[in-house]
Amino acid sequence: MSTEAPPLSEPLEIQFDYTRSLGPVLGRFMTGLAERRIEGVVGSDGRVHVPPVEYDPATAAPLRDFVEVGQEGTVLTWSWCADPVAGQPIQRPFAWVMVRLDGADTAMLHAVDVTSPEEMHTGMRVRVRWADEPVGHIRDIAYFLPVDAPDDNPPTSPAPPRTEHDGIMVTPIAASYQHTVSPEESRYLRALGEGKLIGQRCPRCEKVYLPPRGACPTDGVPTTTEVELPDTGIVTTFCIVNVPFLGQQITPPYVVAYILLDGADIAFLHLVRGCEADQVRMGMRVRAQWRPREEWQTSMRNIAHFEPTGEPDAPYESFAHHL
Amino acid sequence: MNRVSVVGFAQSDCVRNTHGTTNGVEMLVPILAEAFERTGLSKEDIGFWCSGSSDYLAGRAFSFISAVDAIGAFPPINESHVEMDAAWALYEAWVKILTGEADTALVYGFGKSSAGTLRRVLSLQTDPYTVAPLWPDSVSIAALQARLGLESGRWSEKDMAEVAARSLADARGNPKAQRSGDHSVAELLDGPLTADPLRAHDIAPITDGAAVVILAAEDRARDIVPTPAVITGIEHRVDSPVLGARDLTRSPSTESAGAAVGIGEVDVAELHAPFTHQELILREALGLGDGVRISPSGGVLAGNPMFAAGLARIGEAAQRVMTGDAGRALAHATSGPALQQNLVAVLEAQA
Amino acid sequence: MKQRAAVLGTGQTHHATKRHDVSMAGMLREAIDRAMTDAQVGWDDIDAVVVGKAPDLFEGVMMPELYLADALGATGKPLLRVHTAGSVGGSTSIVAASLAQAGVHRRVLTVAFEKQSESNAMWALSIPIPFNMPVGAGAGGYFAPHVRSYIRRSGAPEVVGAMVAAKDRRNGALNPYAHLQQADITVEKVQASQMLWDPIRYDETCPSSDGACAMVIGDEASGDAATDGVAWIHATSMRTEPTTFAGRDQVNPQAGRDAAAQLWRDAGITDPLSEVDAAEIYVPFSWFEPMWLENLGFTDEGQGWKLTESGETALGGKLPVNPSGGVLSSNPIGASGMLRMSEAAKQVMGKAGDYQVDAARTALGHAYGGGSQYFALWLVGADKPE
Repeated sequence: MSTEAPPLSEPLEIQFDYTRSLGPVLGRFMTGLAERRIEGVVGSDGRVHVPPVEYDPATAAPLRDFVEVGQEGTVLTWSWCADPVAGQPIQRPFAWVMVRLDGADTAMLHAVDVTSPEEMHTGMRVRVRWADEPVGHIRDIAYFLPVDAPDDNPPTSPAPPRTEHDGIMVTPIAASYQHTVSPEESRYLRALGEGKLIGQRCPRCEKVYLPPRGACPTDGVPTTTEVELPDTGIVTTFCIVNVPFLGQQITPPYVVAYILLDGADIAFLHLVRGCEADQVRMGMRVRAQWRPREEWQTSMRNIAHFEPTGEPDAPYESFAHHL
Repeated sequence: MNRVSVVGFAQSDCVRNTHGTTNGVEMLVPILAEAFERTGLSKEDIGFWCSGSSDYLAGRAFSFISAVDAIGAFPPINESHVEMDAAWALYEAWVKILTGEADTALVYGFGKSSAGTLRRVLSLQTDPYTVAPLWPDSVSIAALQARLGLESGRWSEKDMAEVAARSLADARGNPKAQRSGDHSVAELLDGPLTADPLRAHDIAPITDGAAVVILAAEDRARDIVPTPAVITGIEHRVDSPVLGARDLTRSPSTESAGAAVGIGEVDVAELHAPFTHQELILREALGLGDGVRISPSGGVLAGNPMFAAGLARIGEAAQRVMTGDAGRALAHATSGPALQQNLVAVLEAQA
Repeated sequence: MKQRAAVLGTGQTHHATKRHDVSMAGMLREAIDRAMTDAQVGWDDIDAVVVGKAPDLFEGVMMPELYLADALGATGKPLLRVHTAGSVGGSTSIVAASLAQAGVHRRVLTVAFEKQSESNAMWALSIPIPFNMPVGAGAGGYFAPHVRSYIRRSGAPEVVGAMVAAKDRRNGALNPYAHLQQADITVEKVQASQMLWDPIRYDETCPSSDGACAMVIGDEASGDAATDGVAWIHATSMRTEPTTFAGRDQVNPQAGRDAAAQLWRDAGITDPLSEVDAAEIYVPFSWFEPMWLENLGFTDEGQGWKLTESGETALGGKLPVNPSGGVLSSNPIGASGMLRMSEAAKQVMGKAGDYQVDAARTALGHAYGGGSQYFALWLVGADKPE
C-alpha cells in the first residue's frame, strides 16, 4: 500500500459563549467600564493595579481597595501585529501595547490603532477609545488611540458581547481545528464511502477491530490485516436517550446501542430504529440501514441506523464477554 | 534520599504538519518502541507512566485518553497525566520513584500544534476576564517582552540573531530538527520584522512532535544502560500571570528554581526558549557563562513540539550525559505566556 | 522509601448550579481559605500547590492554573496541574500526597474545581467529531448502556438504583455544603422521576455543580504537630486502562480491581467490608454504588446490590457509603474526586458533623473517570500507619 492517499481530515469548529461570573472585584471593574470609568485596586505594596487583580501577586491577600484612574496613559512597550487573528481588538494591522494609565502603577495589555509601526514609540501617550455601546466587559475599551489623533477612520473592531445580567460577562470563544483520523481509520472510512465495512486484525492478539486502530489498545501496535465484515450483528447493550441537550443532532427519544458486527471482536455505538424503543433488547439481531448511495460520504453516517432483522436473539452467554 | 536517573530517550521528527491524529498515537508508537529497544525494557517493566498534553491544542475534551492506546495499556497500568508540558510529567514521575512506589517510569509528551492556530490558541492561557477576550497571540506577547529588553539595553537585535544563527547551525547535526541552516548574523538581521521587534528567526516554528523519556531508580539504572544520567536536582516555579505587574525582562521563577537545584558547573544547557530573547533571559537567570554549550540540539528554535519540547530538552541533556559528551548538563522547560512557569533539572553521569 | 503523610485540613465551597457570586479565583479561594484555616497554616507554610480539574473546555481557559497562580498563593512556588478525566480530583490528591511521601515537601496545598456554569458540560463532551456518528449524549448517555449490562449480569432488582439515590440525597441534606438538599426524597419519588438515559432516571443522576475542594497535606512531622486531628494516609493507588478494547469488562473494569487489590495489600487490609468504617465512592449515577462495591472487593461479583438493598450502605449500616451525599448530591466534576478523598479524611478526623460515621477510624476515598478507565483510591485512618 505504498501509494496510499493521505489520511482523511476535516474542519472541527468549537464555539461557545462562556458566561463568566465576575465576583466583587472584577464585577466592580466591569461595571465601571460600562459607565466609562476605569478603576484600579490597591495592592499589598501600595501599587495600583489596572486592570484590578483579585489577589495580590506577592502576598495572595484579597484586594478590595479601589481607586479611579485616568483614561490616558503611557506606552511602556509595544509590538506590531501585522496579521491579526479573529477576535483581536482591531481587525487591521495594529500595535499591541503595555499601557500604564495615569494614576496606575501596573500596565494593561491592549491595542492601539495606528496605521504603521512608524507611528509607535515607547513613552508615547495614548487615550482610551470606548466602544460605542459599553456593556460591562473588557471590550468596552475598544482600543487605544494616540492621545491627539483624530478618530475619523475607526477600524473594524468586535463589539462587546451582549450581557445576560450584572455580574456576568459573556465571552465567546470560537476556534477552528483540522481534525485528522489515523491511516487505519481512513482506510475504513473510504471503504464506508463504497458501502463496505472494513475492519482490521491486530497482528498480536488477532482481535478484529472496527474501526481499525492506529494502535491496538492492548498491544500498542497498528492493526493490519483487513477483514471485510457483514452489515449484520447484534445489540450487546444500549440506552434510550430521552434528554434534550445543547448541540444535540438527533431528536430524542432515540436508542443508542453497542453494535457487535458478526465477525468483529469489539462493538461500536450506533442508532437502532425500526421498532419501538422499548422493544430493543440485549442480544437482538440487527442489520445496517444504509442511506441512499448518492448521500454516501467517508463517514459512519452512511449507515442511517440499524434495524431488527427479526431473527432469534443471540443467547446472553454468546456476548456476555463483550459487556 | 534515593536518586533517579534518565536511562532512555526518544523523540519523533519535528514537523510542521503531521498526518497523525491529535491524540498522538501515530507519533508515539514508533518512539515508544525505540525507547524500549534502546533500554532493553518492555512495557511490563514500567512501574509508572505519566504524560503531558493539552486538550486545547487538540480542540477536544479528554484528547489524552486515546494516547494510552499507543502503550497497549492492558493489563492496566499505574498512570497519570498533567495538562502541562511533559517535563512536569517527568517531575511527577521523579516524585513517584522517590516514594519507592515504582522503580521505573516512562514519561511521554505529544502535541499536534498544527491542528489549530497555535498563537491564537495560546492566548487562552491568559486571564480569562481582562486579557483573553482580546485574544493576545503568543507571538505578540513575546514581542512586547523582547522590546522591553531591547530598549532597556539588556540585549540587542544582534544578540538575538546570534542565538538564532547558533541554534540553526547546531540543528544541522540534529536529524529530528524541523529547521536548520547556515546563516550569518548580518544576513538574519537583514530579514524583515514579522512581529516588530521580532523577525522570523526569533520565533520558534510551529511543530508537531512527541518525546519519550524513561526513568529508573539510581540503583536500578545501571542494569539498564552503562551510563545513566542521574538527576541531581529538579525544581520548578511559577511567576505571577499579571504581565503588567512583572519585570518581563527577567525570569524570577527560573532564577529561584536554578538556585534551589544548585547548578554548579555544567558543560551543556538545553534551554526551552521559544523566542531568541528568552534564551538571553534564561542564560542570565541561570548564570550560564560563555563556557557553557547552549542547546547543542539546536533547541526549540529548530523544532518546538508543544507539550513535548520541554521533556525533549531533558532528554537531549540526558543523552549528552549518557553518551559521555557532557559530564554534567542542565535542562530547562517553560510553560505559559512570556516564560511564566519554568523547570530546571541538572543531570550528571552516574558514577 | 515512602514516608508517612497526613491530611492536615480540608475545605470546600458551598456547591451550587451557578455560583454567580464569585469568579473562578474567588470560588477556589473559598475552599482554599477553609482548608488552610482547618489545617491552621498560613501561606508561608505551603511549599507547593497541586491543582486538578477536568477538561479546559468546560471553562474555556487553557491551563487555568497559570492565570490563577496569584490567587492560589503559588507565585514563586512549584505549581502542578493534573488532568486524569473525572478521576482527576482523586489523582490530584494522590500527587499532592506523593510530594510529602517522597520527602520533597513538608506541606502541600491541593485544590480541585469545576465551574460548570461557565459553559455546559453536555456540550463540551458531545462536540460532534468529524466522520463519527453524533450519538454522544454526555456522561449519562455513555454510562447508561453499561448500567444496563450490570443489571442484566447481576439480576439486581430495579429498586436498587432508586435506593442509592434516595440514600445519598438524604445524606446530602445532612451536609451544609451539598448542592442538592433533599431531606424528604423517597425511593418512590426517585422511581417516579423522568427516565433520562434509560435505564438511568433523573433522580438517579448527579447534578451539574460549580464548586471547589482543597486540602493541606503534610509530612509526618506536620501530622505529628497537628493538634486538631489529622487523617493519616495509609495507602494510595491509581490504575488506567484503555477506553475500549476487545473483550473489555466495562461493568467491572480490571483497572479498578487492580487498583483496589493494591490498596488493600499496601494498607494490610484483608477483609475490606469489616475493616473499613466508611467509604466515599464516586457514584455519579446511582447504579455505580453496587457496581463499585463489587469492583472494590467489598463484595463478590454480582453481590454488591445486596449490600445496598439490605441498607448496610446507609448511615448506621455496616459500611456507610457516601455519608456526605456523594457525587449524587454535588458534582463539581474536577473537584468531585477530591471531595471523596477529603470527605473520607473528615470521617477519620471526626469532622464530618451531622453525617459523621460513629467511631470511624478507617475510610476509603475513591474516584474514577473517562470511560470507567481511570481509578484513584486512597485509604485514610485516624491512626498513624505502622
